[in-house]
Parts: sequence; C-alpha cells; structure tokens
Amino acid sequence: MTDHAAFRGLGQAFRLASAAVLLTALTSISGPVIGWSKAYASPTATADKPSTEKQITGKKPGETADHSKFEILQQDFKSGPEVTKACLSCHTEAATQVHDSIHWKWEYDNEKTGQKLGKRYVINAFCGNVASNEARCTSCHAGYGWTDMRKDPPAAPEAVDCLVCHADTQYYKKFPAKAGLPITEPMDFNGKPFKVSNLIEAAQSVSLPQRDNCGACHYYGGGGDGVKHGDIDSSLNKPSKDLDVHMAADGGNMACSACHSGSGHVWPGSRYDMEAKPQARDDEGKKLPSFAMRRMNETASCESCHTDAPHQGKTLEAIKLNNHTDTVACQTCHIPEFARGGVATKMLWDWSTAGKLKDGKPFALKDDKGHPSYDSKKGDFIYEENVKPTYSWFNGQFTYVTDNDPVDTSKPVILNALGGSANDETARIWPFKLMHTKQPIDAESKKLVYMHLFGKDSDAFWKSFDWPNAIKAGQEYMGKDYSGKFEFIETRMWWPITHMVAPSDKAVQCEECHSKGGRLEGIEGVYIPGRDDMPLINWLGYGLIILTILGVAIHTIFRIATRKQRQH
Amino acid sequence: MTDMTSASSPATGKAESSKAKTFHRKVKNYSRYERFWHWSQAILIFTLAFSGFTVHGTIRFIPFATAVMIHDIAAFVLIFLWLFTAFWTFTTGQWRHFVPTNAGLWDVIMHYLVGMMRGQPHPYKRTLSRKQNPLQSFAYFSIMTVVGPLLWLSGLAYMFYSFWEGNSGNNDIFSLVVLLHLIGAFLMVAFVIGHIYMVTTGKTLIHYTKAMITGFEDMELTEAEVTYLETHEPDRIK
Repeated sequence: MTDHAAFRGLGQAFRLASAAVLLTALTSISGPVIGWSKAYASPTATADKPSTEKQITGKKPGETADHSKFEILQQDFKSGPEVTKACLSCHTEAATQVHDSIHWKWEYDNEKTGQKLGKRYVINAFCGNVASNEARCTSCHAGYGWTDMRKDPPAAPEAVDCLVCHADTQYYKKFPAKAGLPITEPMDFNGKPFKVSNLIEAAQSVSLPQRDNCGACHYYGGGGDGVKHGDIDSSLNKPSKDLDVHMAADGGNMACSACHSGSGHVWPGSRYDMEAKPQARDDEGKKLPSFAMRRMNETASCESCHTDAPHQGKTLEAIKLNNHTDTVACQTCHIPEFARGGVATKMLWDWSTAGKLKDGKPFALKDDKGHPSYDSKKGDFIYEENVKPTYSWFNGQFTYVTDNDPVDTSKPVILNALGGSANDETARIWPFKLMHTKQPIDAESKKLVYMHLFGKDSDAFWKSFDWPNAIKAGQEYMGKDYSGKFEFIETRMWWPITHMVAPSDKAVQCEECHSKGGRLEGIEGVYIPGRDDMPLINWLGYGLIILTILGVAIHTIFRIATRKQRQH
Repeated sequence: MTDMTSASSPATGKAESSKAKTFHRKVKNYSRYERFWHWSQAILIFTLAFSGFTVHGTIRFIPFATAVMIHDIAAFVLIFLWLFTAFWTFTTGQWRHFVPTNAGLWDVIMHYLVGMMRGQPHPYKRTLSRKQNPLQSFAYFSIMTVVGPLLWLSGLAYMFYSFWEGNSGNNDIFSLVVLLHLIGAFLMVAFVIGHIYMVTTGKTLIHYTKAMITGFEDMELTEAEVTYLETHEPDRIK
C-alpha cells in the first residue's frame, strides 16, 4: 500500500494504465481466435482455376502445335510402332529418353539398400511376379513386344509406345494380353469384345499426358481398377472436390505431372525409395522456392508447393498445425480415408484357395456389395471402400524381400519393410494401405517363388489350375532352385497413401489422433498429448489430489463435530 | 485467512498487541487491482485446468482443438497477468506480504489442525503491513515462485517445442517437458483445492470470499493505526 497521500493519485493513474495494458493484451491475444478458422483454409498453391479442357501440368500446356495438321500423322497407321516411327521423325530424342526411364526399364537400383528392384525383379503381394506372365503384365509396359523379363525390353526405337501416355484415351487402349500392343481389328478378351484402337485419331490427338493416360496403367495395378494402391483408381478421372482437391475440375484440375513434374520423359515419384520428409529449407533455415525443391528432391512432395509451414496465417492455430509438419506427413491428416471415389480396393488376397472348380470349370463370386470375393484364378479377396489408413513411422526407405531372401514364417512376412522410427529425424508418421496376402514360398528354402499364371501352355495356372506345375514352371523359367514343395504363407505389404487429398475441412480432426484408442494408437516412441499417460506422474498426481480432497473432508468432519462444543 | 474476530482475548498470548486498546473497524485490505488480479487469475487457472486436463486426456467435454486453443490463449493471458502483477507487487511494496517466514508457521499449522477445533483464537495477528499469516505466505510464495514458473516455462517449451526441438527427432526431451508441466499442473490443482477449502475457515464460510470481493474486512486496529488510516487513507477505513 502507498504510505503517503501523495502517492494516491499516482496509484490511481497506475491502476488505470495497468487496466488499459491488460485490455490491450487481451484483445491482441484474442486475434488468433478470430483468425483461427482461417488457418484451416488457403494453401500456398492457388487452386481456384476455372475448369479448362486440358488439365494443368507441371509445364505450360505446349499447344503451339496442332498435331492433326501434321502430314506425317495423316497416314493409315496399321500398328503402334508405325505411329511411334512417325512421332520420332520430329521428336528425335524421345525414344532415347524413354529408354532411360523406369517406365521403360522396370528396373530400379536402390542405392541405399543395394537392392535391385522394379517390376522386372520384384515379387509383390498382388499378382506376384511379371516373369513368365509377360504378355499379360507387359500390356502395361510403355512399349511394344516385351515378352521376356529375363531379357531387356526390345531395343528398337519404335518399340516405345508414345500413344499410351500422349493420345486421347478414347482412341487408344493397349490389349491386355499382347505385350503392350493395341488391336486394330475386333477381338475378344475374356469372352467380351475389346476396344479397337483408332491409331490415326490417336496419333492426331496427342497432348501432354492427362490423368486417364497415366491411369490407363496405374489405376489398374494388381489386375483391376483400384486393386493395388487404394488411393489411385479410375474415380480420379473425374473426381469431386471432396475426393481430390488437386485433381477435381473445380479444384486444381491438375494432371499427374503437375506434381510428378519432370522433364525428358523421366518423372519423380518412385515408390521404391521415397522422401518421407523432403528437404524444404536451405542450410540457413530459409524456405526453399518451389523450383529448387523440385530439383533437389527426387520424388514429388506436398512441400514443393505448400512448403513445410503450409497452414497460413500468423494465428496460434496455424502455428500449432505447422508444428506437426516435422513429425507428421501432410497425407496423414489430409487423406482421412482412401478408396473414397466409389471404387473399392483389394485389402486381402488369399492365393491359397485359388483353383477351385465348379463342374470342372473356374468360377467367380461377388460379395454383398458387388465386389469380387472369389475367383478360381486368384483365390479369395476382401475389397473395401472408404478405408482408414494404417499409420507408421516412415523415413522413405523400403527394404524388400527378394527372391533370394529366406523368410521367417513364424509371423506374417512384410515384403517391403518400412525404414524409420520416432528417433529417426528423416522419418514422419505416414498413412498406408496395409495389404494382407497369402502367397506361395518354397517350403524348404523358405524363399518366395514365381507363379506361372498366364500363358497358353498347360503349366499356366490360369489354364490348368495346378499349383505344383505352375510354381515349378515359374521357378524353372527364372532358373531358380526349387525343392518341389511349396506352402502358402501370410505376407504383408505397405502402400503409402498420398493421393485423394480431401478439402481442408474434411481433414482428420485433432481428437482423432489426440485421444485414447485413436488413429495413432499404434505409433510408438513419441508422446502424443491426449493419447498418452505418464503412468508414474499420473499416479502421483491423481494421488495428491485425492489426498488433498481426503484431507479437506477429514478436516470438515472434525469442524462439524466440534462445532457445538466451540459455540459454548 | 485468519480468524481475527476473537483475537481480543488471545489464549496463546502470542499476539503482543492485544494488550493495547484495540478497535474493530472495516478496513480495505484488498485494493481494486489486487481483487482484479485474484479473480482473473482464479478464472484463468480454472480455465487452464479444465482445458489442460482435456488435452491430457483426463476429461473430454470439449474437442481437443478447442481445448488447445483455450489453453494456449489463457496461458498467455495468465503469464502476462503474472508478469504485470510481479511488477505491481514490487513497485507498490506489496511484496512484503509474500516474503515467507518460519516465525509462527508451526503455530499456524497447529491452529488449523487442533486449535480451531477447540475454538481457540488464531495465533497470528494480522497487521496492516503483514496481512497474511506465515502459512499463507509460504503457500503463495511457493505458488508464485516455484509452481507458477514451472508451469509456464514448461508450458512455453511445450507450446513451441518445434522451435527448439527442431528436426532433431529427440522425443525424450519433449517427454521431460510434458512431465514437468504435468507435475506443475497437479501441484496447482492440489493448491486450488486446499486454498478454496481454507477460504471457508473464516468467521463464517464466506467471510474471506466476501472480503476478496468487496475488499473490506473486519480488522482489529490500534489507535495509532486508526488515526493514520483516517488521516491519510480515509478510503481504506469505514
């Protein structure tokens, strides 16, 4: 208290001033509350472009040339390679560039793990292997006539397929069993007439690849629409904004190459070796410009457009959300579920039940929702839509089980083990589709075996439904040792989820992870507020509170008991 | 929180001034800023505890995101209030009330445990220059210098962990920060429970609460004190 009357006036002024300061502080801090709804919206990349005929690509659509006016494209093309020859007469380096790409080689040397990967070598948890099933599987090769995985793809420049990536898909479609060639005369596939390609229209329609070009193969990985990835299927041809903000016509209307933007026919975006936390800043901590990020990082990333501080505004909410980007991948919150576009994805595949016949004939079954549930050629399946991802730490590195690695069958074998943990600074929490499969191995050497599924020969499983012969033929084709005995084991495969980005208001909400039993229940090595307890301190803390209350209660009882006595 | 009303006949004889002639007068013991500080701090602490234990997962009546925002904003306001009050406490000389002392602490504790049950008067005689008893000084001093700073230093570290933790991936330090913050939170809750209970130990259950609302409180003053207040601070005495 002031000791002198003279101070009183000063005290009064002081009180007023302090009240003013407090008020100012309160209002300035409440700014974030007002701005907090905005933090959810407005990514750095501008998305509100009107719908255009062509999708947005990484480059400006190069439409200074109308290919329908080129004389060389006005011939009566009889085959794919003939078209390619015409293309190469102007685009002189294109074939060489394609020859250098993973789309052509189906080969990937992982320098970090030393593994030789790529479709040419990998045995996966879907159709297994390309080898010995070529003409079927190589219908998705970016070329024509690769009929033997043991050899390199055909070397002739005209064996490159330009049209599959560049032609309007209404004119061009590769036949499923002709090693990449389309058909120009009517022909059936699986008893149904298959689309006849119009090579002249196709050749004149070329443009930078649109989504359905890439999708012609990538949507159908694993043998059907949406089977493999879960976040890539034909619903992305015309997605709603809810399904994918980037690809929707009323959203970004982006082609695949808007993000997977490369040059010289080589595209960033390998799933054999990823960047789980792309470098988004230079050594001094300054944000890298978009072009620099795209040059430095080999895979496409959200950060290359959105930066590592994507939540806009100087609000507390934005700061808090941006605080997540070092431990949580963008996809983890912004892709709440995959297979959201009405196309189901295969979650389980049991090869061991394949080969059942009805009246000596193969058959197929569907589940309640109309999704395939059994096929004599392939076994039992479970398809699902709107699937919540499985989450895991991931540093971008996969270690595959190759055909030379014996596996431990005491638990499900993970065919592509994820690198990274909570203490790995290059790792973040990522969403995945976790594929569950039963597939064959050599019962003695415990190594994955090759399945010979497709072919006209009697060993092909899809001809005679005889596993022993089909596996023996697969192993022989690849020149692998085989004990002659096989067994089916449980395998798992991780598929990173990174497409089907939902609008910001449909992102995963905080409490879906920050609660007990939430989405991130299985994530180890990090304290997640709302999910985790500190057992000892919780025990002591709640104990202290209970003791305090108990003390108060006992004291109260004594006060009441002694009340009368005190009143005398 | 002392019971002054029966101090005129002290059984313990600890209050020396009781021999002199005393006057019962209403004295403004809590200035407007003090009351503002007390109640705004009370609201903020309740808000912080409610939202904080929501974030911790103990309770979940409001969404996590809302709790985080409320908690962070309330925390900033409270830190600011504390800093300002510390400044106020020093510039106005109020800090003298908070300096802890061992003198008489044990007597006060024994009074609450035994004496008050027997109807004995409070052993501590409050004066104008020392309006808190030793137990209060000890409790408030601990809260303001240990529990408070522990909470807000660990809280700031918690809130801005990505700025110091960066990309090091070292989650152990983060866990330690959480641990410290939780220890502080539990101590604060225990204090608040005890504090609210002690408030009811006045002449009536709401005697002290009323004093903290109106600012005025019955006090026993010496003649000199009455004269001083009436002359120099007439606002403070009724």
